[in-house]
This record gives sequence, C-alpha cells and structure tokens, in this order.
Amino acid sequence: MALLEIRHMTHHFGGLRAVHDYNLSIEPGQVRGLIGPNGAGKTTIFNLITGIYRPSEGQILLDGAPIAGLAPYQIADRGLGRTFQDLRLWRHMTVLEHVKLAHYSKLRYGLFGAFFGTPARHREEDRITRRSMELLEMMNVAHLADQLVPNLPYGAQRRVEMARALATGPKVLFLDEPTAGMNPEELIQMMAIIRKVRQSLGLAIFLIEHRLKMVMELCDIIQTLVFGEVIAEGSPEEIQNNPAVIEAYLGKEIVE
Amino acid sequence: MVFFLQNIINALQWGSFYAMIALGYSMVYSILMLFNFAHGDIFMVGAYIGFGVATGLVTLSATGFIALPGWVILVLTILLSMFLTSFVGMIVERVGYRPLRDAPRASAAITGLMIGIILETGNLALMGARRVSFPPLIESVTYNIGGVFVTNKKILIVVVSLAFMLALHLFVQRTRYGMAMRAMAFDFVVVPLMGVPVNTIARLTFAIGSALAAVAGILFGLAYPVLDPYMGIVFGWKAFVAAILGGRGSIMGATLAGFLLGFIEIFVAMIFPSTLRDLIAYSIILLILVFRPHGFFGEPYSARLRL
Repeated sequence: MALLEIRHMTHHFGGLRAVHDYNLSIEPGQVRGLIGPNGAGKTTIFNLITGIYRPSEGQILLDGAPIAGLAPYQIADRGLGRTFQDLRLWRHMTVLEHVKLAHYSKLRYGLFGAFFGTPARHREEDRITRRSMELLEMMNVAHLADQLVPNLPYGAQRRVEMARALATGPKVLFLDEPTAGMNPEELIQMMAIIRKVRQSLGLAIFLIEHRLKMVMELCDIIQTLVFGEVIAEGSPEEIQNNPAVIEAYLGKEIVE
Repeated sequence: MVFFLQNIINALQWGSFYAMIALGYSMVYSILMLFNFAHGDIFMVGAYIGFGVATGLVTLSATGFIALPGWVILVLTILLSMFLTSFVGMIVERVGYRPLRDAPRASAAITGLMIGIILETGNLALMGARRVSFPPLIESVTYNIGGVFVTNKKILIVVVSLAFMLALHLFVQRTRYGMAMRAMAFDFVVVPLMGVPVNTIARLTFAIGSALAAVAGILFGLAYPVLDPYMGIVFGWKAFVAAILGGRGSIMGATLAGFLLGFIEIFVAMIFPSTLRDLIAYSIILLILVFRPHGFFGEPYSARLRL
C-alpha cells in the first residue's frame, strides 16, 4: 500500500474540466515532481489533495484511508503539509509564531488550560517552542525567530514557509514552486534544504517546479501535466527523452 | 481639581463598559470581517442572565439553606453568566453567521440587526414589558479621599474590567487559540491547511466576546440596577464606534477607544449641560475619525489573503 494514493481523480469548475483522470502513488521517502505549462492544473491538483477543493470524482487515500471530502484542517492533521506558490505568510506575526501555530493540532491542552494557564499549557507551549526552534535551525532561520516576516529577505521567507509546513508533522510535504522568484544563491540553498529535509525527516515530497534542472536533480519520478491530464510519467531520464513531453512542454529548453 | 479627579473616576467606569463591549465587536470583526450588530443586545442578554442568576442565588441564600455572602454571589453570578451568555453568542454564530459566511456583506450585516431585534423582543415576550432591578449584592460604600468620592462599586467595576482585558490580552498572545485568532485575522485559506479548525475558532471568538459582554452587563447592573430590553442598543452603537475608532480588529485599539469614549463623554458633560453631552461628544469623535480614518491601530488597507 502506497503512502498516498490517488485513483481516477477528476475535477470540474462549472463546465471547465480542470483535472482529468489523475492517478498518483507516492511511497515513503520518495521525491516526486509535477511539471507542466502554466495553467495545466498543477496547483489545482495540490488544492484538491489538501482539501481546499473537493474532487468531483475519484479517491484519495492516505495510509489507505480516504481523505477526499474531509475539512482542510483534518487533512493537514492526518499528515499533508504544504507551501504556496505565492508566499502566504501572516505578515503581522513573527517567524516563531508561524511555526508554533502550525503545531496547533499537536498541542495537548484545552480551553481550560488556555484560560487558566495550567502547568500543562506552559509545558506544552514550551515543548512546541523548542520544536519550532529546531525546525527554524534546520532551515537556517533560527536567528530571525522574533522578526516579523515582512522584514526578512525573500529566500528566508520561503524557508520560514517550509518550516511552517514541516511543523504540521507531514507524511507528505507538498511544495508549490519552492524556488519561484529566487536568485541563484537562494536556489542552491533551497535545494540543499530539500535534500536535508528528505534525509533527516524521511518524509515523501511532492513538488511543482518550473526550473527543470532542479526537478531533474531532485526527483525520483516526474509527472508531466498538460491541460489537466498526465501525458507522461517516469524517471528524469525517461521524461527528458519522451517525445510527447518535449513537444508539449520542454520544447526549446531541452535543446539548450 | 477635586472635581476633575471625580470625573476621571466616572470616565474610567464608563470607559470600562464601552471597552468591554467594543472588544467583542472587534474580535469578531478581526476574524470574520463583519460586525456583529447583535452584540449590544448580547450585552443586554448578559445583564438579564446575570439578573436571573443573581436573583436565584440571592433567593437560595435567603432560604438559609446555604447562606452565601454577597461577594460570593457576585463572583458566582459573573462566572455562571459568562458561561451561559457564551452559548448565546455561539448560537448566534451558528444560526446567523456561519450559513452566511460567503454571502454578500450586507446580508451578514442585516443578520446582526435582525438577531438584535429578535433578542430584544424575545426578552420582552419572556419577561414582559417591565423593567427589572438588579439585586444590589454588595453594600455600597463611599470613600472620601481628599474630597473625591469613590464608591467601592466603581473601583470594583474598573478593576474587574481591567483584569478581564488583561486576561484576554494574555489569552490572545500566549495560547494556541489566540494565535489562531490572530492568524485568521489576515487569512482564511492557509490557516486551516496548518491544521487549525477555523470554525471552532470562530465559535470560540463569539463565545469569548459574549462572555465579556455578560461581565459588562453585570457590572452595569451593579452600578445602574434598572434593566430594560432596549438597554443594549445605544450601548451597542457606542461600543461599535469605539471598535472602529480603535482600528478595525485591534484589541488594544478597542480597549483604548472605549476608555477614550468614556473620557470624552464625561468631560463634555462636565463643561456643558448634560443634555448636550452626546451631541458634542460624538461631534468630537467624528472629527477624530476624519483625521484618522483608519482608527488608532487600523491598517490603511485590507491585505487579507483570499483564495
């Protein structure tokens, strides 16, 4: 049984067919890539899996249990964490608060503890603060813990978002264009971090990317999506040499 | 000078009422981007629930079965009424607002007005068209401090209000629930994806706002013991003014603006005839808003993330 399995997922927005018969099977520890031209439906697939939309048809199984139709917070709690193409940080909150809040469902104290400041609350908040700091250290942003996010350089904001996604305790981490808008230096740093996350946390990663060099280097298996349909799936070599992919998407880049 | 100090105490007392009610408006606004116009009436309901609980406890105490001192009854009344009134808030949220979350803003706004009318007339149907008087609970003691007269009730009102405001502040800053509320103030899309149940947080926000309104209602009943079903309307409007003046969604702003309103009203009344109080006081506040259209702590634009 795969960790995350999607069978025949189709989604319509009104009359528009955004995703058609999408299938996926992710094993623990695997890094998967999803590529395709703009508007192919890549982010829609992320939104469908993480519960922002409910698929019109098809099944999504996490550890064998169906998750389609659950509320986004329940899906997040079961082990899907994600980042966003356009950074979606809470600009009035500090770096540490971002990572702490993402631990919400992992905190074991209730309203009584919250109102009356019981020892359980303090113990739990301390535990989560320590865990959050560890994640921030892993992302090399621990020294910025008390800063508001708009004060951070772009690359650091991306890494804060990654720490926040990891704080939900994901089994599969969804990264929507993790290097979008980065300069070469930030890009190298991000690739190193993705490798580090994979090695030290052992979770599966599913990423959307436009930079093919990065996808080819990082991913075990790549899917190519065009107009909501997967036209090719395989190892980086297979994808690079697939004529349909070259025609639909790679085009000039493969020549370079 | 004595006269001046006297009025500062009065202003603090009125400011406490406004601030406590304004907090409820502000908290709900910050996470749902709508004003709960029924909130003034929840203050009224809180006062009546407090009246019911207090009268019940006083009667029970009078039977001699368990004789409770007045201050114990007061503490119990506050806690029980907060608990009960929070359910009123949660019901209002579930019935009136949740189904309309994606409806046009105007629909959600009239929902509040309608719920307000329902609460007022519902109370009228339940209690009849008579005013009820809040049991005194504690004996009034007046202290003369260098010519300034302070009653123990005024001190109690200000101290209890400040204590609750501080508690709210700590709750919002230091607990996971408060942190979730602050994040929801700017975004409804990402917060659930981080494992936060947003509907639960919305319900909790209504519950806390309503519980604070209940405290204000009981404290008001202590100072001005005559309750009527429409007492929440003008209070609601004024607290709403405070919430906006403080900066939409800002807890600190709502608190300060509530006190400012108290001060402006009292000091206007100190100089002008009291019939002109609100006319002049609210002209001043209008003028403040003209120069600070976003309120004290408001953001000049809404930067909330939407899908």
